[in-house]
Amino acid sequence: MKYTYFPGCSLKGTAKPYEESFLEISKSLGIEIEELPDWNCCGATTYMAIDEGAAFGMAIRSLARAEAIGKDMVVPCSNCYAVLNKTKDYFLKYPELRERMASSLREVGLSFEGKVSIKHPLDVIVNEVGLEKVKECVKRPLKGLKVVPYYGCLVVRPYPIFDHPCYPTTLDRLIKSLGAEPVPYPLKTLCCGASLTGTVEEAGYRIVYHHLRASKKSGAHLIVTVCPLCQFNLEAYQDKISKRYGEDLRIPVLFFTQLMGLAFGIDEERLGLKRMIVSPQKVLEEVLA
Amino acid sequence: MKIERKIVYESDLDRNFAMEIASIPEGEGLFECIQCGTCSGTCPMSIYMDYTPRRIVAMTREGFKKHVLTSFTIWLCSSCYSCTVRCPAGIKITDLMYALKRKALEEGYAPKNFPVRVLAETFFEHVQRKGRLNEFPVIMKLYMKSGPGKMLSMAPLGLKLLRTGRMSLRAKEEIENKKEFRELIKAMGVNKK
Repeated sequence: MKYTYFPGCSLKGTAKPYEESFLEISKSLGIEIEELPDWNCCGATTYMAIDEGAAFGMAIRSLARAEAIGKDMVVPCSNCYAVLNKTKDYFLKYPELRERMASSLREVGLSFEGKVSIKHPLDVIVNEVGLEKVKECVKRPLKGLKVVPYYGCLVVRPYPIFDHPCYPTTLDRLIKSLGAEPVPYPLKTLCCGASLTGTVEEAGYRIVYHHLRASKKSGAHLIVTVCPLCQFNLEAYQDKISKRYGEDLRIPVLFFTQLMGLAFGIDEERLGLKRMIVSPQKVLEEVLA
Repeated sequence: MKIERKIVYESDLDRNFAMEIASIPEGEGLFECIQCGTCSGTCPMSIYMDYTPRRIVAMTREGFKKHVLTSFTIWLCSSCYSCTVRCPAGIKITDLMYALKRKALEEGYAPKNFPVRVLAETFFEHVQRKGRLNEFPVIMKLYMKSGPGKMLSMAPLGLKLLRTGRMSLRAKEEIENKKEFRELIKAMGVNKK
């Protein structure tokens, strides 16, 4: 199974543990990935708020280059995943926009036909590699570990490519296959606050508070996420939010690939587990002793 | 007490604004809205909005240009797309919010030091130059413009991120073929009809 890997800016920065663990478990599962040469930022949500031409231009450059390589794309960041899929969708749906993108690409010697598939690793792992293969790789079943399966929004909205837009189950099933127990989590696709935690704190912190509080109440040991911003929002502000609401809301937040790596028996340092702000050390030692 | 006209007259409305928004891909289906309120009901940020999503759609298609473009709503949208997947009329409400953000910036309705806008513009300017985002310089600029107090309160987190290798002081991520990147974006702007 060969894919073109589009990391996106955060996997080289705050979500480094995501890239590290993703590369490790891909090796175990036989997923061959090659980073898209000279990929550029997808534009995230900010570009579309300022200049729609530039926003589509950014995304179409990476898409055109990936399509030229010919393999399916695997995109771990949910934001990049949604932006690239949206660009492809708009390219195929709106003739005027398509012509504008196609002629701009021609000017720099690139072309795009809307054929490349843009997949999230959660989709690839569960639906293409398959849970049977995942179970085979489990050397250390995570028995007794209760996990919050937090999807966030962009992995299933607005393009519910591989699961339900509001009540998905892919991550829950994956967690089960690792021997751990996914807790029933009604806020599984509630937004994490996105960039509002940095710009409009009152709104951002409050929604993160809902997640932390519900997670603590569920009795889970930790939360797993599939998106860099979700992971950062739920992990980085726990002290501030605990203080603001007068409750102890500390709970480890990992990337799902890190959880997989633990079950596969991969060394913690190679999974980026030493880079976490809220350490999962204690919880893992206690539960998986 | 300051006296203020509380109602809007027909002559205050801007029909061109409504038609313009309805004619772009993001505004598709604007006139199909049945005002069911599902969008407002599902929006996690609606509790902070001056005009909820349903009202923004109603006001946009009537031509309440100034009200819509000076609203807090369009900046509070976190792009979760909860509204979009539930809308029975298939209106891409989240994408409509993006179009309204752009229009608010273009026509000078957005307040200059508003953090959401400052972050967007700082991010944009940085990525235009380098092709990729480096969190540290962008975040520093955002905090410097939003007030040094914020920078102080965020310092512990910043230090933790630097220590764990999740953030770098140097802006080392950048693309090689900047010429292709810039020309493509320029062409997209030029090819706008």
